[in-house]
Amino acid sequence: MKSSVIIFPGSNCDRDMDVALKKFGFKNQMVWHNDTDIPKSDLIVLPGGFSYGDYLRCGSIAGKSKIIKSVIDFANSGGLVLGICNGFQILTETGLLPGILQQNKYLNFICKNVFVKIKNKENKYFKNIKKEVLELHIAHNEGNYFCSKDELKLIEDNGQIAVTYCDQKGNDNKENNPNGALKNIAGIFNKDKNILGMMPHPERMIDPFLSGEDGSLFFENLIGSI
Amino acid sequence: MIVKVNEKIAIEHGLKKDEYKKICDLLKRTPNITELGIFSAMWNEHCSYKSSRLHLKKLHTKGKQVIQGPGENAGIVDIEDNDAIVFKIESHNHPSFIEPYQGAATGVGGIMRDVFTMGARPIANLNSIHFGSPDHEKTKNLLRGVVKGIGGYGNCIGVPTIAGQTCFDDSYNGNILVNAMTLGLVNKNKIFYSKAAGINKPVIYVGSKTGRDGIHGASMASAIFDDKIEEKKPTVQVGDPFTEKLLLEACLELMAGKSIISIQDMGAAGLTSSSIEMASKGDLGIEIDLTKVPCREENMTPYEIMLSESQERMLIVLEEGKESEAKKIFDKWNLDFAVIGKTTDSKKIELFFENEKVAEIPINFLAENAPMYDRKWIKAKLPKENNFTKDQFKSLKLSDCLKKVLVDPNIVDKEWIWDQYDHTVMGDTIQKPGGNAGVVRVHGTNKAVAAAVDSSATYCHAHPLTGGKQVVCESWRNMISVGAKPIAITNCLNFGNPEKEKNMGEFVECVEGITEASKYLNYPVVSGNVSFYNETKDKGIKPTPSIGGIGLLSDYKKMITMELKNDGNYLYVIGKTEGHLNQSVFARNILSKFTGPPPEINLFNEKQNGMCILNLKKENLIETCHDVSLGGILTAISKMSIKANKGVKLFSIDGLVNKFEYFFGEDQGRYIVEIKPENLENFENMLKKDSIHFDKLGVIEGNKIMYGNDLKISIDDIRKGYKNWLKEFMVN
Repeated sequence: MKSSVIIFPGSNCDRDMDVALKKFGFKNQMVWHNDTDIPKSDLIVLPGGFSYGDYLRCGSIAGKSKIIKSVIDFANSGGLVLGICNGFQILTETGLLPGILQQNKYLNFICKNVFVKIKNKENKYFKNIKKEVLELHIAHNEGNYFCSKDELKLIEDNGQIAVTYCDQKGNDNKENNPNGALKNIAGIFNKDKNILGMMPHPERMIDPFLSGEDGSLFFENLIGSI
Repeated sequence: MIVKVNEKIAIEHGLKKDEYKKICDLLKRTPNITELGIFSAMWNEHCSYKSSRLHLKKLHTKGKQVIQGPGENAGIVDIEDNDAIVFKIESHNHPSFIEPYQGAATGVGGIMRDVFTMGARPIANLNSIHFGSPDHEKTKNLLRGVVKGIGGYGNCIGVPTIAGQTCFDDSYNGNILVNAMTLGLVNKNKIFYSKAAGINKPVIYVGSKTGRDGIHGASMASAIFDDKIEEKKPTVQVGDPFTEKLLLEACLELMAGKSIISIQDMGAAGLTSSSIEMASKGDLGIEIDLTKVPCREENMTPYEIMLSESQERMLIVLEEGKESEAKKIFDKWNLDFAVIGKTTDSKKIELFFENEKVAEIPINFLAENAPMYDRKWIKAKLPKENNFTKDQFKSLKLSDCLKKVLVDPNIVDKEWIWDQYDHTVMGDTIQKPGGNAGVVRVHGTNKAVAAAVDSSATYCHAHPLTGGKQVVCESWRNMISVGAKPIAITNCLNFGNPEKEKNMGEFVECVEGITEASKYLNYPVVSGNVSFYNETKDKGIKPTPSIGGIGLLSDYKKMITMELKNDGNYLYVIGKTEGHLNQSVFARNILSKFTGPPPEINLFNEKQNGMCILNLKKENLIETCHDVSLGGILTAISKMSIKANKGVKLFSIDGLVNKFEYFFGEDQGRYIVEIKPENLENFENMLKKDSIHFDKLGVIEGNKIMYGNDLKISIDDIRKGYKNWLKEFMVN
């Protein structure tokens, strides 16, 4: 299985993602933002970080970068595109995913372990994961997901909500919402479920000595289901 | 505008009368304004170390593990297999008080540049921050701004902030401390230094453009504050972490090749100190055409260009003919790149602007001839002990005391702070903030590096010599407690006004204490900085040396953590408890006693106890370890319990001390360890063999901390205050 990680100036989880993909068997390559072509891939990943400094709206400049046209073409032809954290923000900026990511409710950067509930397993990203609740890690300042009422209805009707913040038992209520995200949304799909954007970082949870190992489940399933 | 230089203008630049006279004598003429600016930048306390140099020479800086000691951008130690750690701590106190966000952010940016200038990729950030009393009107905003600034910069660059320290004390009401530390990893055969070599080599400017920000920043950091500090805002630099991230990647890319002769970041005193340092170390001259310096603002004068402290800039001396190869890399990263001068054999700095020579100063006037003062100082006396009487303890209850101690702002959980720092990026953080030390793996190996920052201003204030020793020992203990072999330290020496004999004495004696302990423990100082003049309207801070220590774990799987592991295991305290309450958190909070000597340091015991812990771990005899520090044994146990949500039944103590002295005394050189029942015999035998004192403290069980009929308190009960104090303080 081949994967490509796009490096934007200011990306800072590119290496972590590279390490994780390789650990679970992907043949990964790094692609520079100023290139136009992406080598043949089964998966494209937009990693976390602060693309172009994120001084404007997060992800907005990356959403207009040179490489992004190829990402959009790949996605529109059904290719798997995964955006983590800043990658999620970029995907909403390109319009590949609905909604936006606002500043966290308490206006602080948050770095901690959280639990997320898998809301839809009929897709390649979560298909064979046995658990219903995963412990993952977030590290962001703008993870407060928001979309219009109409959009929300659409994404709910289409089963586009991928994961929601919850407690260990899977209760995705207000008390377990770290950043104020609408409906506790931590990650969403496009309509066809080939594009996933999520705030939590599975690549930081791939080893018992790190924050946890549930990220391993994510990558094991991903390579197995492609 | 041509300004004619005179004594008054020199004094406005922070120079003393006799210093100005010395400049005129050296030059045999009156300097022009650009030259005066250069002298003032090089001769201020911050850059010249004129009050401290004499004493810093005494620091213990050598050891088999040391590759580079003080005097370079950062210190370097060997961690085997060709790997080396580059690390340093630096203060950004004055700017952070004036503008907390930018002050703290650029502090982090500056120290990271010091590390990657040497060819290392930063792998961890730490910080030590000190604020005034929580009741002081400025404290909350300063804390909020500083934390946001540190996070804002480090998070963006993508380097984890793995540990730190936050203290509150009245003495910082008018002068907060922000000390930032960075560790980087480098191949020991690919280290870059600032020493220039060879003549006619191109001098290259890379990074951000030069603006008018931060002019006189270093001079501002060399003066005390008065009522007009708000006017100093323009001297604070503005950080751009995104550009620094690009600069980091571009520099590391260029360093992978062979074109760099020397490289130096533009930190304090910007282009002035970086160019002079390169030339001075290489015993060369340097010629710069200031017209070629990329400027952000129009009509900048040579004076402004030389003194700007705009961030994210580097100066590089390249091999001839490598310019286009280097430029390609900086173009790729969209950074400015300009050939602005060359090295010469003149041993002078010569500046040109619009085809005119605007400054010419022999390098040695600025470096070696910088003033050095043997300031007067007074030795501190050891304060008299308080004799606490039985009556003072009579009405006290252990549970009330414990609750009160656990919500002392210097003890409470600092999660509100470190949740705002990305501490897991780079995927190698195996011990997060909130433990004995932060630990990161050396990427792709079995090794890991531990790091922590410590300070003990209360002890240093009570008796600087003891305090100086104590901080080094505490740092050493933090390394031991995670199972790391202590390697070396970096020190950030924050003090008041060196022109006052008492403050100078505090400095001299703290340095002496640091030296004595680091020599004994083979824990050398390899880098650091001095921050004097932490004083506002005649009120100075308590002497606050911050010690950043690093240690090595050759197998990261052998790391020790502090949370209790299993019910039925036993807890021991290693090291003798004599119940020293003077200067303790207990004495201040419960007995309202603020006087007395700090706990004594016994370096022999310190070393022996520490080495013993490492040996016990080697034999797999300990499950958990936590050093005993502020708040004594009961505070340490509470923290271990809260982390694991497990209770402890304490056994009755015997001996001469009362239970308050025993449980809250701050005697040094102690560790609490957890032992499996089947290992008790081997464990005790090992300690006995080395005649190391130990007490069997208790057993892990239930969800309460219990001591006979005197103490029965649930973990939930103590957790609340300990965990929530800071959050509630900041939100309300």
